[in-house]
Amino acid sequence: MQVTSVVREPLVTNGKTIKDVTNDVCRQVEGSPSRMWFIAFGIALVALAYGTYNVYLTWWEGLGRWGLNKTVGWAWDITNFVWWVGIGHAGTLISAVLLLFRQKWRTSINRAAEAMTIFAVLCAASFILLHMGRPWVAYWALPLGNTYGSLWVNFNSPLVWDVFAISTYLTVSVVFWYIGLIPDLATIRDRAQTKMSKIVYGTLAFGWNGGAKDWSRYESVSLILAGLSTPLVLSVHTIVSMDFATSVIPGWHTTIFPPYFVAGAIFSGFAMVLTLMLVTRVVFKLEDYITLAHIESMNKVILVTGSIVGVAYITEFFIAAYSGVPYERYAFMNRALGPYWWAYASMMTCNVISPQFFWFRSMRRNIAVTFILSIVVNIGMWFERFVIIVTSLHRDYLPSSWAYFSPTSVDIGDYIFSFGLFFTLFLLFAKFLPVINMAEVKSIIKSSSENKKTATPIGAASSVYANHSNKSSQAGE
Amino acid sequence: MPITPTNHLKPVSKDKDMSANHSTTKYLVGVYDDDEVLLNAVRSVRSSGVTVHEVYTPFAIHGMDDAIGYKRSRLDIASFMFGATGTTFGVTMMTLMMGFDWPMNIGGKPFIAPPDFIPVSFEMTVLFAALGMVFTFFIASGLGPGAKKLVLDPRFSDDKFILAVDLGKNSLSAEQITDLMKSSGASEVNTKEVED
Repeated sequence: MQVTSVVREPLVTNGKTIKDVTNDVCRQVEGSPSRMWFIAFGIALVALAYGTYNVYLTWWEGLGRWGLNKTVGWAWDITNFVWWVGIGHAGTLISAVLLLFRQKWRTSINRAAEAMTIFAVLCAASFILLHMGRPWVAYWALPLGNTYGSLWVNFNSPLVWDVFAISTYLTVSVVFWYIGLIPDLATIRDRAQTKMSKIVYGTLAFGWNGGAKDWSRYESVSLILAGLSTPLVLSVHTIVSMDFATSVIPGWHTTIFPPYFVAGAIFSGFAMVLTLMLVTRVVFKLEDYITLAHIESMNKVILVTGSIVGVAYITEFFIAAYSGVPYERYAFMNRALGPYWWAYASMMTCNVISPQFFWFRSMRRNIAVTFILSIVVNIGMWFERFVIIVTSLHRDYLPSSWAYFSPTSVDIGDYIFSFGLFFTLFLLFAKFLPVINMAEVKSIIKSSSENKKTATPIGAASSVYANHSNKSSQAGE
Repeated sequence: MPITPTNHLKPVSKDKDMSANHSTTKYLVGVYDDDEVLLNAVRSVRSSGVTVHEVYTPFAIHGMDDAIGYKRSRLDIASFMFGATGTTFGVTMMTLMMGFDWPMNIGGKPFIAPPDFIPVSFEMTVLFAALGMVFTFFIASGLGPGAKKLVLDPRFSDDKFILAVDLGKNSLSAEQITDLMKSSGASEVNTKEVED
């Protein structure tokens, strides 16, 4: 019996040509923003303003405005930090790891995902500055010469490793993102109508002229940056997890943390990419570039990483029981059944149970289900960090110092600040820069678009590609 | 390849005399509609003895390096060297600071503890390798904020594939090369004169 493999689903639908790619992606950069954009931007600015007021309270009046107490010294600040860093990881994963694996579906989503990475890492960094209490001496975290000795930073400390990891990650992500933007900025420069946009995009395009020698170098640079970013992104969340794992707190002192944190980071990051892309594709009318095939692929990643995270939760529990250490056992029993049982239950439901819907193809290709689950997953991942941090701290070795943490309005306000910052930056990016990597999408038009080469109207197309896609998209919707 | 960053791409006006310091280069610009057609055109034009100045395309075309006769980029070697510099910098910095300049007894650990130095050494390696390579790329290709490079046909960034031939560097006449381009699939062939 002969088995015929299914023809790959097209990644660009509706017979788009190279010229269509330019026009469709440049449209929102060149036109004035839609009313939807202004409403969203207004909401983001209000959140940012309210958040900034709370940041002012945190810095002016001190960390006493937070709900921390003498037992729980880390709570929402580090929860939010780890959550945002984790979200950021998906961008690097999509652009670097999927490039190394030659996954063509990355081309439509890598630009926005990388932008999301940069903004998420900025939000994470803002919590580091916030939790320092004295942000004006933040540079003390760097090994700079000083008049105290010189007294250097302690390179044995994972917190110092974190400073190096996060700042390297932010720098390399920005560089990787910008290298990818250069050819597209040249496209906008060459189409610019107004004097202002000619000057601005002309400067930003770095003089790109699409010469073959430059493309050859560009390809080398992209490939090597992808090769460098892949271990980098793994190292960043590994080091974040070592902030906990190298301590001796029961519930933190766990060797499973690095892979478990990295899987969780990919899980939450892909969920955030989906949340953003599902809105972006509709608002900017990019449904032909970010197709159900893309959404399905991302949902598969969510299913895999969600299941890895689930296995990690169970392994942790088993090891705590098997270790025979009473403190370790207590930490985990307290997590599941103690005063924070509701946080643990939310984490388990959102992270382990909810992604199991994606075993079904119809669920993976259902936009409403995907959108809701992408938000549910990120709620669950926020609770995961909260559970790890707060439930491990709030009942320490001395029962007289046991305490319960509740957030204050300033805790919540600082969290709103990070949302305001994130969405303000993302909306500015979506307006002023191309949200899809035009050059890369153009390069796959021939191999992966619906009508392959020519722009035949969809009804007239008779290729295998077109027939297959029509059937499958009907099945999905 | 002689890609010179030219910040004067205005076409030469006819009333201005082309004396002394106003030398110009005359290019024959073939415009193609398809990447594979361009790739074959480069091969056929070169086999007819034409020296190709450069091709300008909206995206990277695989196989173009070989067709046009470019050598492999050595940016990977540069990146490795920068990375090795970063590792050396990180290890040296930590060893000198922690081991010699101000040794601190932290929980009885050795002053120089190589396992603890791995994360920062790794990050320095990646940082140096990435930034060094990218700056090398910018310098080698003459890219930078506000840089202006030769754009013979701005449609290269949209959907056209441009083949440029420097007439001064070819023995064949403009008509002969035009015929070669047309027969290899060019949809139009223009002449462009650019100040050096």
